[in-house]
Amino acid sequence: MPQPLHYLRETASQTAGPYVHIGLAPGAAGFDIYREELGWDIAGPNAEGQRIIVEGVVIDGTGAPVKDVLLEAWQADAEGRYAHPDDPRHAEVAEDFRGWGRVITDFETGLWSFQTVKPGQVPARRPLGPAVKVRPQSAGERTDALGRGHQGPRRQAPHINLWIVARGINLGLNTRMYFADEAEANAADAVLNLVEQVHRRETLIARPAGERDGLPVWRFDIRLQGDGETVFFDI
Amino acid sequence: MTPAEYHACDRRRHPPALTPNYKTSVSRSPRFAALSLQNSLSEITGPVFGHNDIDPIDNDLIRNYAKEGEPIGERIIVHGRVLDENARPVPQTLVEIWQANAGGRYRHRKDTYLAPIDPNFGGCGRTLTDADGHYFFRTVKPGAYPWRNWVNDWRPAHIHVSVFGRAFAQRLITQMYFEGDPLIPRCPIVQTIPDPAAIDQLIAPLDMNAGVPLDCLAYRFDIVLRGRRSTMFENRLEGN
Repeated sequence: MPQPLHYLRETASQTAGPYVHIGLAPGAAGFDIYREELGWDIAGPNAEGQRIIVEGVVIDGTGAPVKDVLLEAWQADAEGRYAHPDDPRHAEVAEDFRGWGRVITDFETGLWSFQTVKPGQVPARRPLGPAVKVRPQSAGERTDALGRGHQGPRRQAPHINLWIVARGINLGLNTRMYFADEAEANAADAVLNLVEQVHRRETLIARPAGERDGLPVWRFDIRLQGDGETVFFDI
Repeated sequence: MTPAEYHACDRRRHPPALTPNYKTSVSRSPRFAALSLQNSLSEITGPVFGHNDIDPIDNDLIRNYAKEGEPIGERIIVHGRVLDENARPVPQTLVEIWQANAGGRYRHRKDTYLAPIDPNFGGCGRTLTDADGHYFFRTVKPGAYPWRNWVNDWRPAHIHVSVFGRAFAQRLITQMYFEGDPLIPRCPIVQTIPDPAAIDQLIAPLDMNAGVPLDCLAYRFDIVLRGRRSTMFENRLEGN
């Protein structure tokens, strides 16, 4: 026998179930208990940046909206900084900006929606392999899928990280929402470029959907299964 | 702490998406494999919570919704530590729980089970772990309840647990079960987990040392999140 490895093992996931609101959004379950429910202040009123509304439905394998889903969003501020100590620029994060939101769907329609600011570009990973000097290149040259062939810090296209739980989902699903008006950044984004089937990248791109309350609306439907299935990530 | 990536998610530990005996999973499970990402700043960061976000009473389900008296049921403490796979504590992280009352009824507009609501019991709580990763709640032991899956399926007594960890990559929702409950091996949701050892890890043992004599019993539930990688020969994240 080799020496044993003494790592602990991860606690297994279980579904959030149909009554997830009791714990995480009790107002929607039908009662008030906390001074303040968490997750309604992804970008407070004083946070700088372009304010937007993001909305959509989560659709199951039969084509029906999922009406008991809970989504959490995690994003950078308008300058691409995360409000977390592991971001080297976290001390400069915009005032009033938390970056985390929690939303539930309307019980009748399945529509979810949140207001935030459009995120900026956050740093990407460095390329794999030994640190080699990349020869200087013209400004217009694109990176490859690993971000190689680019001068200066590599940046990801603006995106919002999403985590989805519901009855029937055994392990929370991770995906990312990108923006259709960022075509150039999207084309250079290392994560989008990892999706081998080019047409599946489209499942990660939110589309403009008019205005509401004077704010631009971005529509992002998530298909759990079947035609147009959204790309989910093992992060 | 130096920013670092996280160990790969242990997919052998978690239930697969498609588990037909848990019927709802059939139409809500992706058919394509998840695409593996190596961690960037987007995955190694996550929300930070502080004591301004919650109230001290939020972890006491016996008092946090009490109206004219205390809830009916078996008084218990649920406590434990949030650790990572390297056995390091996860401090200052938000732990949220929710559960049915002693009769198996949820305070939720969609729950129509005939067992009555308890007027003094809400069924949710939240707390932050301390510097050693320790957390505790006081509550009543939830009852089993029936659900529309196969004709005579009943959930074991359980408490839903949500924990954030330090990074979005560690985000976890699970369920805690109670030692000795004969419904555990019969439950299609428990049995979505293929590894019996992983199921055992969800079963909280009775912890006589942590209860309060003449007041309440206690159960111990430790939670393990993904570990942070060591930085030897690390191909570092940009900007760090």
